[in-house]
Amino acid sequence: MTAVATQNRPGTESAPGPDALKAIQDKIKSCIQCGTCTASCPNEFAMDLTPRHLWRMVLMGDTEDIFASQTFTLCSACYTCSLRCPRGLPLTEAMHDLKQLAAKHKLPRYKASTAFYGHFMDTVRRHGRIRETEFISRYFMTMTPSKPLMPLKYTSMGLKLLRKGKLHIENPFAAPGKQSLEAIFQKVESMEERA
Amino acid sequence: MKYLYYPGCSLQGTAQEYNQSTRAMMAALDIELTEIDDWTCCGASAAESVSELLALALPAINLAIAEAMDADQDILVPCSACYLNLRKVVETVRQDETALARVNEVLAEKELHLKGGAKVRHLLDVMATDLDPEALRQRVQVDLSHLTIAPYYGCQCLRPYPVFDDPEEPRSMEPLIRATGAAVHPWSMGSKCCGASHMNTKMEVALELVHGILKGAQGADAIVTVCPMCQMNLEAYQDKIVQHYRDVQPVTILYLPQLIGMAFGLPDDQLGLNLNLEIRSDFRNKRTAVPA
Ligand code: SF4
Ligand code: SF4
Repeated sequence: MTAVATQNRPGTESAPGPDALKAIQDKIKSCIQCGTCTASCPNEFAMDLTPRHLWRMVLMGDTEDIFASQTFTLCSACYTCSLRCPRGLPLTEAMHDLKQLAAKHKLPRYKASTAFYGHFMDTVRRHGRIRETEFISRYFMTMTPSKPLMPLKYTSMGLKLLRKGKLHIENPFAAPGKQSLEAIFQKVESMEERA
Repeated sequence: MKYLYYPGCSLQGTAQEYNQSTRAMMAALDIELTEIDDWTCCGASAAESVSELLALALPAINLAIAEAMDADQDILVPCSACYLNLRKVVETVRQDETALARVNEVLAEKELHLKGGAKVRHLLDVMATDLDPEALRQRVQVDLSHLTIAPYYGCQCLRPYPVFDDPEEPRSMEPLIRATGAAVHPWSMGSKCCGASHMNTKMEVALELVHGILKGAQGADAIVTVCPMCQMNLEAYQDKIVQHYRDVQPVTILYLPQLIGMAFGLPDDQLGLNLNLEIRSDFRNKRTAVPA
């Protein structure tokens, strides 16, 4: 197992092998391919593989197609499929497991999600609480070399927040504060490496 | 009544008005909130995307502090994402001793220890279950009977743990809205997903989901929410949605305690009404108009 894939950790950069799916396969092995999850998913319209199809590929150990797909990153954790699955499978959790694998392996295809969550967690690690301006500016810094116009999509919202005094101008490189969770993060990393 | 209070990061930043209005409403009802000492981030929707153990350990820090403060008081949480993260720890360690041991191994770094018996309650659960709508009604000083309000629940206060409401066809806000005198907008979008953090990583997908919700709310004077992320998604991108889809009018989005506080006659600044990104003029005019 690799370290917690926050932004400042290298990760492995290689695609997860079939073994990586073992724990997820165990969670969903009684899937009967009924399609209830697909019919329940509010994001299905944007997915390249339906959730039902994704679970089939997980059971077949088809890592190549799973990690060529955006389906699991399109899960917004609404828990409707988990609630409705006739086999009671923890599907939202299994989606998280796939996100964790993609993040740990630093797969470039998932850069936006990985960078967003990674910077978020790094800010929490440093300050104990989220500092919105710090993590958003770091997220934009990661994304802009490949998508220079991306922050523009958020200007109108950002201006509204500024006008309301809800954005605090913070130094994105401020030193960790007294609520730093560095020790907790390090411990989690060492336990996950041990596993 | 007394609760321990976990505001969470959003309520200190972009959702200050949710914090203010929750505190003001509770104070008006003589309910005491004690903030958890030195609380830290619960991991939001980010920790579960990077590490399972971290996603348990971060909320557990706060539960352990709360247990040490007062193990008998329920923990009240207004943010649905925080609520689910905290609750998930309790539900997980109840059934899984290994998970509890692993979490405690992490918490030892901060000299904390989790027993796991804490009762984590969403604000809506407390309002719908512990408050008596009749008592609310008696506290009402401003007649809102000319308003129609669409109750928006979102996902994570309802699912995956169906604690206080039907997880797909929720109704728990209706008696609270009616207690203010306002009418409930009939719709089926109250428990549909707002896209959550897709707004940051897959904006087009989130806009599509929010569009569906705004469309369902047409005809209502406002939508009320019980989650900072829902509030932000519904409120902050309406100009884009109106422009792109051309079949919806913008709608005012309020936090539920702001609506209740208005009915109680609490001053706008106590309810943080100046902090909402946009209270539309049609809502403002109608709110102050004398009911017919
Ligand atoms: S709803 Fe459950 S059983 Fe049906 S296809 Fe989806 S995962 Fe399989
Ligand atoms: S939890 Fe994820 S996969 Fe399941 S229905 Fe919701 S968005 Fe779709």
